[in-house]
Amino acid sequence: MAHQSAGGAAHGSVREYVNGLMLSLLLTAIPFGIVMTSGLNRPMTVAIILVCAVAQVLVQLIFFLHMNTSSEQSWNVMSAVFVVVLVAILIIGSIWIMNHLNHNMLLGH
Amino acid sequence: MEYVAEPIPEGYTGVVADEHHHDYAGDTVFGFWVYILSDCILFAVLFAVYAVIGQEFAGQITAKELFELDYVLMETALLLFSSFTFGMAILCANAEDRRGLFTWLGATGLLGAGFLAMELNEFVHFTHEGAAPWTSGAWSAFYGLIGTHGLHVFGGMVWLIFLAIRLHREGLTTENRTRLMCLSLFWHFLDIIWICVFSVVYLMGVL
Repeated sequence: MAHQSAGGAAHGSVREYVNGLMLSLLLTAIPFGIVMTSGLNRPMTVAIILVCAVAQVLVQLIFFLHMNTSSEQSWNVMSAVFVVVLVAILIIGSIWIMNHLNHNMLLGH
Repeated sequence: MEYVAEPIPEGYTGVVADEHHHDYAGDTVFGFWVYILSDCILFAVLFAVYAVIGQEFAGQITAKELFELDYVLMETALLLFSSFTFGMAILCANAEDRRGLFTWLGATGLLGAGFLAMELNEFVHFTHEGAAPWTSGAWSAFYGLIGTHGLHVFGGMVWLIFLAIRLHREGLTTENRTRLMCLSLFWHFLDIIWICVFSVVYLMGVL
């Protein structure tokens, strides 16, 4: 079991790190394997890549960075959630706006 | 009514550093965590740039012609295993196992150096093939994103070397433990960014 230090930073165990490593290897192998060997259609492949990436980020946050929902960690998690929202606005917003601009610029064609 | 100041307690110096000693490590690690989150925003901007102009090759050589996925898989493995070995180093530090600590830190350093060498080699190879940072918008975005990540790894390596020297000289003091904790957060964070890089840039780049 992970135990907490004074600052809310948890320490893991060997088992936790090994589990994290195994899951990460699996979630890396799946998208690479699909892209390198199979002829799956594009939207399906993109979906699998994205799902595996999000899953692996979560795996590493939980198993390597030991994030959890305990009260000692509430500030760590809260600030991280805030940044996830910011990042989503930044990336999705940029793609959205630039696609619209691109579309408008094509009117002359 | 006249204000009467409370008498100053015996031994009060106005310096609060000692009184808050127990919070020091946790506050530092949390502060470092906030820095890492701000670094996330830096990378988010670079990813947004890549998402917008990452396919604008201006008629020049494209990513599809150059990317070699087995090479990227090797880089990914090096960085993933270095993240794991750093975790092992932290466990050794918690268990006061100095030999284990230095062994795992050394392994982390070697894996990190291997990753950096592969990345540099890739940059040189791509530039030789005609895909330099100034070739097209897409390649500018590519080098901007991957280069920033590489610079972070390089910074982490330099930090690792200096921290190892300090650990060797001073041992596992409270300050050095805090530094080790911060560097481990940084190192795991770089691996997490790399997950996004290989997924969005390399895997989607060859589709």
